[in-house]
Amino acid sequence: MNIDKRLVRKDSLEKLFDILKQNSKKIYAPFSKDGKTIFKDAESFGGILTGYVQTTESSKDIVFPRTEKILDYTKSKEGMSVKGIDLKDIPDVILWGVRPCDAIGIGELSSIFNWDYKDEIYNNRLSKVTVFGFSCYKSDDYCFCTSVGGNPGNTTGSDILFTRLGENGDYLAEVLTEKGESVVSIAPGIFEKSETAEKEKFLAEVPVKFNHEEIKEKLDKFFESNEWVKQSLRCLGCGACAYVCPTCACFDIQDEAHGKRGSRTRCWDSCGFSHFTLHTSGHNPRDIQSARWRQRIMHKFSYMPERLSVYGCTGCGRCSRACPVDMNILENLISIQEVTL
Amino acid sequence: MVDLIKRAKELLESSAVKVVIGYEQGTGNKTRALFAEKAEDADKLIFDSRCVQNLAAYITKKEVKEKGKMAVAATLPVMRSIIQLAAEFQVNDNNLLVLGITPESKLIEFANLIEVETFVHQYQIEIDVRNKEMLDKLEKMTQSERWKFWTDELAPCFKCYACRAACPMCYCSRCTVDFNQPQWIPVASTELGNLEWHMMRAIHLTGRCIDCDACYNACPLSIPINLLTKKMLTDAKEHFGGYQPSLKGDHLMSTYKPDDKENFIQ
Repeated sequence: MNIDKRLVRKDSLEKLFDILKQNSKKIYAPFSKDGKTIFKDAESFGGILTGYVQTTESSKDIVFPRTEKILDYTKSKEGMSVKGIDLKDIPDVILWGVRPCDAIGIGELSSIFNWDYKDEIYNNRLSKVTVFGFSCYKSDDYCFCTSVGGNPGNTTGSDILFTRLGENGDYLAEVLTEKGESVVSIAPGIFEKSETAEKEKFLAEVPVKFNHEEIKEKLDKFFESNEWVKQSLRCLGCGACAYVCPTCACFDIQDEAHGKRGSRTRCWDSCGFSHFTLHTSGHNPRDIQSARWRQRIMHKFSYMPERLSVYGCTGCGRCSRACPVDMNILENLISIQEVTL
Repeated sequence: MVDLIKRAKELLESSAVKVVIGYEQGTGNKTRALFAEKAEDADKLIFDSRCVQNLAAYITKKEVKEKGKMAVAATLPVMRSIIQLAAEFQVNDNNLLVLGITPESKLIEFANLIEVETFVHQYQIEIDVRNKEMLDKLEKMTQSERWKFWTDELAPCFKCYACRAACPMCYCSRCTVDFNQPQWIPVASTELGNLEWHMMRAIHLTGRCIDCDACYNACPLSIPINLLTKKMLTDAKEHFGGYQPSLKGDHLMSTYKPDDKENFIQ
């Protein structure tokens, strides 16, 4: 479909928020809390941030919650009765203020959740989400979207992409999907006709730092490299990188029993944890941190492109910002590119 | 830290140790752990006020231990952690040399852990003013206000366990929270699951936590979980006369004394 370019006046964003609220939409938007930028259910427009480089956590929690109940069960003399969750209970959500590197990440998540089994709960959540992307006019040293095929004004994954046209400027709104159009139809007065607005000069500059295709080729021959050991010695094996990542999709299934009743949940998990691959026999195929760190990089830059034709990294840089011991993914990718085999 | 670099080089050149753990310049304005295995690696060693990560967390890490005898550039919190780890039989003079960094940023080398202990005991563990005020504020809250404070603060926790990974005292190869048959505490990150995890962590660390704030510094969401361990430290002081890590292994929570207070039994 052709991109429908509209102009949204700076002062109209609040009106748009109110109209969507009146239409009983849940709106998740970025707010500031204790120095972090977090998505939360926004009651009102006041306090929604605009000037952040990136939110502390990605927005994946909305389509792939950190803890998701799958079913309830009850045991009785007659046997076991199981009740799945009611998909009708999943609310319509507007994700407001998503950066392009998060919006594109939703597509990467979707390819994982539809690889062979079509994940019903994930797909239902996704069908209820409308993504309001906001282009980046700021970046920092951790950003590298342009090295993995993205850019600060990338439209992929957004239903409407808003780009601020200069400081204190109005917004260019690119209406990209049917979901985006339905928002325009709810608030037609907000989206003014604009054929001429160009966004490029208002976007952040993010220089290309490495060639992801070269990295992919290198990784094919890199499995046994000592570089993994060197890079991962200071890694403490927590899950911070995976949990802030917009595309990490690993989960664990847990049953929580209360007598004869209980529920089954799926919870985020991380390949950085030592017991992630621990077998019941006691054998652990990834028994050292370097094997786990290698898995993280290989999965994103080799296995996913091979199997799913997408990279498992959007260059958002969150993992590097969140890491308590300065495991900087950009630095590590560059050193992989530079190592001679 | 010219002295530190010089000494590290000597130790590595003479093979007195296999690895020197210290700090190096990281990316941006960050500092990070350096594992110097060759004398020339030691040139990268730095020390300044940004070097706050508790390096004792690496002493029990399998990949680091396998390298052989190590020397650690140890600030006061790191030295305290080392003493506690020694009391728990995780480290000893045969596998560790302490290159102490005094609160005045002077290098001080110790012949053995007894000397480290003597040095450490010159300093009391003091909770800083800002956190003390926060603890007082929490103390004055009603039970329901306190409940709300903690459920709100712990709600964002997604159980990445960075707090556990960064803590030198959390060295168990398998943590209670990772068991699911039986499941001791809820594994899922929910209100109850988060509360139980952080309560368990605080209680397991009572009488062992040396108040280095590594857990809080590691938390990607800046949840003030160190207030829990600080509260336990304050209570330990009030009820058991304070806590200093000691090689005797006089563990506060696992040692019975006939004159222990029993006023909590009601």
